Amino acid sequence: MASSDALLPISAREEDPLLSDGSRSDPNAETHRRRRPVKGLLAVSFGLLFIAFYVALIATRDGSTRSNVDDAEIKSDGTATATSRARLAGVSEKSNDQLWKLSGDRNTVAFSWNNSMLSWQRTAFHFQPEQNWMNDPNGPLFYKGWYHFFYQYNPNAAVWGDIVWGHAVSKDLIHWVHLPLAMVADQWYDANGVWTGSATFLEDGSIVMLYTGSTDKSVQVQNLAYPEDLNDPLLLKWVKYSGNPVLVPPPGILPKDFRDPTTAWKTSAGKWRITIGSKINRTGISLVYDTTDFKTYEKLDTLLHKVPNTGMWECVDFYPVSKTLVKGLDTSVNGPDVKHIVKASMDDTRIDHYAIGTYFDSNGTWIPDDPTIDVGISTSLRYDYGKFYASKTFYDQNKGRRILWGWIGESDSESADVQKGWSSLQGIPRTVVLDTKTGKNLVQWPVEEVKSLRLSSKKFDMEVGPGSLVHIDVGSAAQLDIEAEFEINKESLDKILGDASATVEAEEFSCQKSGGSTVRGALGPFGFSVLAHESLSEQTPVYFYVAKGKDSKLKTFFCTDSSRSSFANDVVKPVYGSSVPVLKGEKLTMRILVDHSIVEAFGQGGRTCITSRVYPTKAIYGAAKLFLFNNAIDATITASFNVWQMNSAFIHPYSEEAVRALSRT
Amino acid sequence: MKKMVVVMVMMLVMVSEASMIEQTCKETPDFNLCVSLLDSDPRGSSADTSGLALILVDKIKGLATKTLNEINYLYKKRPELKQALDECSRRYKTILKADVPEAIEAISKGVPKFGEDGVIDAGVEAAVCEGEFKGKSPLTSLTKSMQKISNVTRAIVRMLL
Repeated sequence: MASSDALLPISAREEDPLLSDGSRSDPNAETHRRRRPVKGLLAVSFGLLFIAFYVALIATRDGSTRSNVDDAEIKSDGTATATSRARLAGVSEKSNDQLWKLSGDRNTVAFSWNNSMLSWQRTAFHFQPEQNWMNDPNGPLFYKGWYHFFYQYNPNAAVWGDIVWGHAVSKDLIHWVHLPLAMVADQWYDANGVWTGSATFLEDGSIVMLYTGSTDKSVQVQNLAYPEDLNDPLLLKWVKYSGNPVLVPPPGILPKDFRDPTTAWKTSAGKWRITIGSKINRTGISLVYDTTDFKTYEKLDTLLHKVPNTGMWECVDFYPVSKTLVKGLDTSVNGPDVKHIVKASMDDTRIDHYAIGTYFDSNGTWIPDDPTIDVGISTSLRYDYGKFYASKTFYDQNKGRRILWGWIGESDSESADVQKGWSSLQGIPRTVVLDTKTGKNLVQWPVEEVKSLRLSSKKFDMEVGPGSLVHIDVGSAAQLDIEAEFEINKESLDKILGDASATVEAEEFSCQKSGGSTVRGALGPFGFSVLAHESLSEQTPVYFYVAKGKDSKLKTFFCTDSSRSSFANDVVKPVYGSSVPVLKGEKLTMRILVDHSIVEAFGQGGRTCITSRVYPTKAIYGAAKLFLFNNAIDATITASFNVWQMNSAFIHPYSEEAVRALSRT
Repeated sequence: MKKMVVVMVMMLVMVSEASMIEQTCKETPDFNLCVSLLDSDPRGSSADTSGLALILVDKIKGLATKTLNEINYLYKKRPELKQALDECSRRYKTILKADVPEAIEAISKGVPKFGEDGVIDAGVEAAVCEGEFKGKSPLTSLTKSMQKISNVTRAIVRMLL
């Protein structure tokens, strides 16, 4: 909007040129006589100018406002206007447009969720509270023999709201016992929400927890809490520091853009350092603070990092990874053998992105190895190419590993969540290390302890010709662990690579745009179809798609296609996935964890991971089956795989007896 | 003179605030609907983006209540539609009891993404309800309205991300 400052030079003019005739008669007498007419004319001209301005404002508003918004985008970060539209149009999966098109169709099956279908959806071995809503993982840690897990929880409903900290413990990250709520919204500085936070171990072995509180005035602040009794291995009770909040939004940061403090790491100067995500206009940033006591802080002038046009950075995570060793590192480790990961959850897109880079301790900054895939840019790396957000790692000093937790929300309607009485899961915890073979990505893998759930297994070796589908008889197929190796036969590969006229497909291909697993190529898709009805009317294929790339190279993609996972019309059914690096001499490998309404797929040892939520209506209970398929047009595949039945983790509600029972194992 | 300045300042202020609604609504899929909903509400003229989003969530709430009343009326008038009406009733109750409170809390507290979820879901629930009647719905204008308001509200909530 044009400023009225433009008028000031004119309105400030005391003298009206029409009146000043240069006469030099008695100045006092003249000015005295002139005052009233001058004032009147001044008022009239001011008024006319004002009306002209007002009219101009209305007339130009139509054309100018849109470009003003877009121009602002261009000025601040040099990117195209198309991004502001995309942001507003929303890249979130949920959309009711498709649904609306179906709703007028007479042939649409009118669909209703019944309790049998809904109760099947609850998982057997994934972390979830007994009921209601959960979101971000909070403050994970290992202490006195127990893995602790805290989480954002709504005690009152199956949708987000009234958030407090839930709490559970486990000896092995798999068999959990629910404990009473760790922290509730009982102070002015967290009255509107006890939000996400992280734990830090001090040198003396004690624990501090930093978390975001939404104050009684809805300002986002950081608060300090610690265990009431460090002798209690269950850390049941937590005390909030009387001097909270310890951090409030600094100048230049809006009161609702300041949340999710990280675990602290030691600087070479001997101080503790944390980072907190935020944004300035559309630039995602991470603020840095130093402290010695977690009560008073100094804000660094530098940011850990920033990336234009990525929006608000939530749940920032910052940690070292070894360049050479396949093990976890304590958050404070630094040195020549180490790279640092910056990860952020992008509020705009609900995607967790990370990048590998170098940390400069002297000024608390970090630079990515590859700025073209900087944190938050749409093409930058993700922990997971499916439904996976607000993730957080911690260093497990018990077994020397870094472990990743990720919040897996629902992809169904809130009606169904309300009806079934719960919403959201956590992914199976994963170890995270740098891929020492490629050096350019992380590798994640379900924690070893999940194998303790394996019951009976069956081993299979088979050759599958093009266009085949094989039913894999494993009995019940809703709780499975599948590990598989695939090889495409040499003749098919040679033929495709040798054929100069065969189009270079890989450059154009993406799982999302491919149309799913029914679209056949020369060398794929092939893989498993899980939670499949024998009629195949409902199924969830998890597969590789191999395509010819430039320079006679093959490019491999790993996808999960949930588009036909369910008849239900009120669930989101995307095709997820990404390319996956395959090095020379490697066979194609995948692992799939199936647990009712969640499917977790790991390609090439965890180089590409895909978590999906699926809600079959028919392929449930005994009707859920497993198939192996090869939809390639030309290639024959050799598949070698193991399928295990998975036991339930029997996650326990809180009780004294349950805790005692677990302590004895 | 003073009065004139006051009047002019007021006019400037009025122009800039009407422009706020219009500026915001231009970035939504249905400018006219957006402007009519916000202009007609007394809170609209002085609301920031967050406030505008909350006004529209309130409209969603009002429309859901109105639709539920219509559903209850239809039970008596069109008893043969009971099954579809049951599903619609469930869906619209979700809008009132889950989507709207979630959206209000999330938008007010500055975590708009949960508000976006609630608002999108309101449109989904309306579309599912509409689909229950297999093309012969007695609620079309109401469900269509919800669909449209949901889309407009979502666009405004996304501006808060």
